[in-house]
Amino acid sequence: MRRFTWFNATSLTLGFAFLYLPMVLLIIYSFNDSKLVTVWAGFSTKWYGELLRNDAFLDAAWVTVQVAFVSSTVATVLGTMAAYVMVRAGRFAGRTLFSGMIYAPLVMPEVITGLSLLLLFIGIGLDRGVFTIILAHTTFSMCYVSVVVSSRLVSFDRSLEEAALDLGCSPMQAFRLVTLPIIAPAVFAGWLLAFTLSLDDLVIASFTAGPSSTTLPIKIWSSIRLGVSPEINALSTLMIAVVAVGVITASLVTKRSALRQEADQRAAERA
Amino acid sequence: MNQTIFEPWNDPNEKPLIQFKNVTKRFGDFTAIDDQTFDIFEREFFALLGPSGCGKTTMMRMLAGFETPTQGQIILAGQDIAPIPPNKRAVNMMFQSYALFPHLSVWDNIAFGLKRDGMTRDAIGDRVAEMLKLTRLEKFAQRKPHQISGGQRQRVALARSLAKAPKLLLLDEPLGALDAKLRQDTQFELMDIQETTGTTFVIVTHDQEEAMTVASRVAVMDHGKIIQADTPQTIYEAPVSRYVADFIGDVNMITGTAKARNPGSEPQGDPTPPSMQPPEKRDDAASGTPQRLDPQPNDAGRWLHDKVLKFVLGPRSDAPKRLPPPDPTRDAPLASAQATPQPVEAAPGGLEIHWHEGAPPLIASNGDPALDGQTVTLSLRPEKMSISKTRPDAPNVLHGKVVDIAYLGNISTYHVELPDGLKIKAQATNTRRVSQRDITWEDDVWISFRDTAGVVLVE
Repeated sequence: MRRFTWFNATSLTLGFAFLYLPMVLLIIYSFNDSKLVTVWAGFSTKWYGELLRNDAFLDAAWVTVQVAFVSSTVATVLGTMAAYVMVRAGRFAGRTLFSGMIYAPLVMPEVITGLSLLLLFIGIGLDRGVFTIILAHTTFSMCYVSVVVSSRLVSFDRSLEEAALDLGCSPMQAFRLVTLPIIAPAVFAGWLLAFTLSLDDLVIASFTAGPSSTTLPIKIWSSIRLGVSPEINALSTLMIAVVAVGVITASLVTKRSALRQEADQRAAERA
Repeated sequence: MNQTIFEPWNDPNEKPLIQFKNVTKRFGDFTAIDDQTFDIFEREFFALLGPSGCGKTTMMRMLAGFETPTQGQIILAGQDIAPIPPNKRAVNMMFQSYALFPHLSVWDNIAFGLKRDGMTRDAIGDRVAEMLKLTRLEKFAQRKPHQISGGQRQRVALARSLAKAPKLLLLDEPLGALDAKLRQDTQFELMDIQETTGTTFVIVTHDQEEAMTVASRVAVMDHGKIIQADTPQTIYEAPVSRYVADFIGDVNMITGTAKARNPGSEPQGDPTPPSMQPPEKRDDAASGTPQRLDPQPNDAGRWLHDKVLKFVLGPRSDAPKRLPPPDPTRDAPLASAQATPQPVEAAPGGLEIHWHEGAPPLIASNGDPALDGQTVTLSLRPEKMSISKTRPDAPNVLHGKVVDIAYLGNISTYHVELPDGLKIKAQATNTRRVSQRDITWEDDVWISFRDTAGVVLVE
């Protein structure tokens, strides 16, 4: 097979351009000296400085991180529990209905989730603020965690748990000492997914946020309505950088450990 | 060691370690274990043998506590264990997949059970060291399970399950994942460890050779029932049913109608006068030929010897070296195994089996005369059959044609087709090299066996 053909090259270029052109533009204009977004006036990092002095943005970022951290942690606990029960419980009446209901929020339109949560909070008289955003984010990200963890549990060798019981563990100890450490990578992946989902959620947050609790996506969205400022470009560039570093590190670590495991195994078989 | 033979199952005073009392296990409509009652004794190596789906794994999982019997009792050391959860039982299990904890080192895997018992650090360290020594894993203590080979993993699993010194160790197809050679070594290792530790072992396997090798008693199972539980030797030589005979090893089954023989009468089944065709042997290779000269060195060799090697190895002797002359009494069984059985007369009594019209009945002097008139099966092991090109003088003789030869190195199995289409397997030890054996495909051959070679089965 020939690796290079004009067709391959063209489709690759088009595809990547489609994906990354907007982001590249955004990054370039974050270094624009001019206040006008569409006019290039030379290279400058002044908008990054401006950003650091803008308390409104910094506050919103802090709220966002708090919400993401707490909600993804709670969602991970609940999602893992749900996944464990669904995979382990075996057959019981209504099992399909239950598992279907756990996954339903994945396909539910966010507007509807947001609206229904808003109605609930008003109904029970809960003041909207950071707490309600956390509750809302936990609700919708829990099912993502549950999907990730249960796919790991399905391939989990049950005899490991039986061995733990056989060696004197109570069922709770068996879970803590054997199951959890082994499925930990999947649990962490679920947590990371929940964290990023919470970071960039705009729709549900805007339904459930109160006046005192503005998350970063809400802040960006509302300031865009007054015109795109280079400050926002700078902020977005920073977010892209953080995500890119995270993703690249994660994939490198996974690849390295997989390679090491393979090498160990080969060495052991040879010995 | 001049001990009495280990067979507690024959001693009425011996108390069993495990008692199954009318145990039944059902999964929905499916009956996995069907009303079984049997005992396992202390220090036994008990094998549950059967095809997949026969209930052997369920039996073991009930002992471990992962399943509870639907009906009946399982008693371990005088205590009904049904209500006791697996983590409270003095029973440990070695899993088929080994179930080693991948996130823990070999050392931590073995220490896992001990830590749950709340032992002191020092006591745990001592016990783990002991286990590592027993299974020869000292070098690998700090490795993770994925850093050791399959055979080592198997030994870690064994060490881990033995660490808590259980009353009973369950082994679920423990050697299934090992290759043939390693499996054989490990079987003997298992037996050694079982003897050293004095633990009662119950092994589940579908490999009959493995069960026969390791076990003191083998229980052959089918459809949730133990068909026969006895020593490997009894299972092989005296199976109680066609199923057992067929499951263990190779067997020929000849079905026919039984007829009681006159207990005092002369043997009738052998129409050939003993003198007619004495067994002949072509014996040019085996008979001693002292005339044959030893190889002699040539001139160069002689020179090399005289100048160099003599001083190292000593002077050369030209006298031919010879083995002692063959001892006729020791040679006799060898010769008979090679050609034909001794021309024995069939003992009186027993049964004769009319298996094919026109053919002389087969004599089974060990058969029960009470089976007179019933349809029975004579089960015959291939190695109990002799094959020869001339008609031998034996109580039971069959004539046929060689259709297949399976050469296994040490032995050959001949598939002989009788005139009515029945195929009989006969085995011969290859005491001679291939070129000197004379039976080949399409040869007319005689298969003979003694009147006590077979087992008469009804079921």
